[in-house]
Amino acid sequence: MKYARLIWVNLLRNKLRTLLTVLSVCVALFLFSTLRSVITALDAATEVGSEARLMTLSATGITFLLPQAHYNRLVAVEGVRSVSWANWFGAIYIDESNFFAQFAVDAESYFAMYPELRVPEDQMEAFMAERTAAIVGNGLMRRFGWRLGQTVVLQGTFLPGDYEFTIRGVYTPDDPSLGEELFYLHYDYMYEAARDQLSPGWFILQLDDPTEAAAISQRIDAMFENSSNPTKTQTEKALNAEFITMFGNVAQLVRTIGLAVFFAILLVAANTMMMAARERVNEHGVLKALGFQNGQLFGIVLAESVVITVIGGVIGIGAAWYLFRPGNPMTSFIQGFTVRTETVWYGLVIAVVLGIVSGLVPAWQAARLSVVQALRRVA
Amino acid sequence: MSHAAESSSSSAVASTSTLVEVRDVTKTFFRGAETLEVLIHVDFHMQPGEFLALMGPSGSGKSTLLNLVAGLDQPTSGTIQVNGVEVTTMSARQLATWRSRHIGFVFQFYNLLPVLTAYQNVELPLLLTGLSKKERREHVSTALDVVGLNDRAKHYPRQLSGGESQRVGIARAIVSDPTIVLADEPTGDLDAKSADEILTLLQRLNQEFSKTIMMVTHDAHAAERAHEVMLLDKGVLRR
Repeated sequence: MKYARLIWVNLLRNKLRTLLTVLSVCVALFLFSTLRSVITALDAATEVGSEARLMTLSATGITFLLPQAHYNRLVAVEGVRSVSWANWFGAIYIDESNFFAQFAVDAESYFAMYPELRVPEDQMEAFMAERTAAIVGNGLMRRFGWRLGQTVVLQGTFLPGDYEFTIRGVYTPDDPSLGEELFYLHYDYMYEAARDQLSPGWFILQLDDPTEAAAISQRIDAMFENSSNPTKTQTEKALNAEFITMFGNVAQLVRTIGLAVFFAILLVAANTMMMAARERVNEHGVLKALGFQNGQLFGIVLAESVVITVIGGVIGIGAAWYLFRPGNPMTSFIQGFTVRTETVWYGLVIAVVLGIVSGLVPAWQAARLSVVQALRRVA
Repeated sequence: MSHAAESSSSSAVASTSTLVEVRDVTKTFFRGAETLEVLIHVDFHMQPGEFLALMGPSGSGKSTLLNLVAGLDQPTSGTIQVNGVEVTTMSARQLATWRSRHIGFVFQFYNLLPVLTAYQNVELPLLLTGLSKKERREHVSTALDVVGLNDRAKHYPRQLSGGESQRVGIARAIVSDPTIVLADEPTGDLDAKSADEILTLLQRLNQEFSKTIMMVTHDAHAAERAHEVMLLDKGVLRR
């Protein structure tokens, strides 16, 4: 700590250069925190969903509907405790930038299957009693500043028209990665809007025994194999994982970008430290002449580098943490997109490593400096 | 009483109270195929409390000799003892520690750290000691008092004149109460008036505080302030 002041005043010697270096590290660590949060959110999303629930979709693709008549056959399958259904509503709130997912659900059977979406009992009763009612995630309420009882108008896309909803319930998920920004409406309301020309987008099946999931899935798909609407059935968890893989190798791309950013900033920081150390060769010689050890000089130069990168890192990570706190608008696109504690720690470790690596060469040069030659530079 | 000697035999009889003993020191620089003998069989010794001036033209090896005594460089051959300690056989680490305790260095161009105040510059050598902050403050205050600059303690080098900067440099050199003060052209960058003040200060340090001083200079007037003057000419030491 005796040398803290020496380290600090050296950092302030060329304020503009220090500021620019801090900013470059700040941007790099902001990007790192953001990109890593994308990866963690995608990874978490593949883990979301129950293995005790099956999802039955059209074998042709997720955008193709299934006949309502499938319900009667599904509910009769041995091992299936209950069946519900849902569909995309796909409307816009004010403009397209306010994207959030809306599901039209068979309310009673659906919420009975999803106890992890916690809705106060009185709110659920109010929702059930009103066909234009909606249940909204707490994140979405925060994002738009909605209140319970407020009327919200959505503009339909494939079902043109303005649709009024009254928010009667707010759900809180057990785990934020389940999604805090979903909007649930009654399937009947959507059915009516479609002038009875609507059928379920998918069925959700609650199983008696999750270990039977694979066998039951096969039985269901075999049952509809030769029908005009063949199905594809898998666990909810497997479906989510499959959905995430539709993004392609985003995680790998993000990692590659992150690595490239890291090395670019490493070069910037290293160059700054080299310049700073080169300008002070004479001063390092003086310190050595006064009796400073090689190791002490090494430590001082290295510490300067680490302090710069840690300050930049803390600001960058802090900014990402603040911008992408729970309930941020990005969670509409990627559920659970927040800067997690582990990302903060990883970021700080990277900032320290960045400081050490970029300061290593100038610190080594300062330590190995010949005092006589260093003093001769000016004298 | 000091002795400047032309032969190695005269230094062999150095008294037991000798503070600095330089024996048959040669320093050779190699620049490609070229060999440059900067110091040739130099012998001399200094007693405690002595003020020695080392004169000579540019390139005569004065600063090289001073650097060798300070342990900043190693001789090609010969030995150097300071206060009974053989300097030439120490490791770089040992030398650094030894310098911090026994050597006070005054540079021609002051070599103050521009980002530190006068107080902080003077405090630098004390950071290497185990002194508490309070003790360091007392030592720095005393050193600045001696050089008459306590009122400029919070000033940065850019706010000081050349003479004041050199006085801060001297305060830094004496703050840890070193065994010997080595001054390399301490007035080389100063006007006549400031140079005179610095020389008076060095003389006072020697007379009032019994500091042993070895000063390199090419100024005959400056050398007059010393007890003893030695002349280096093309690497050879003459009285």
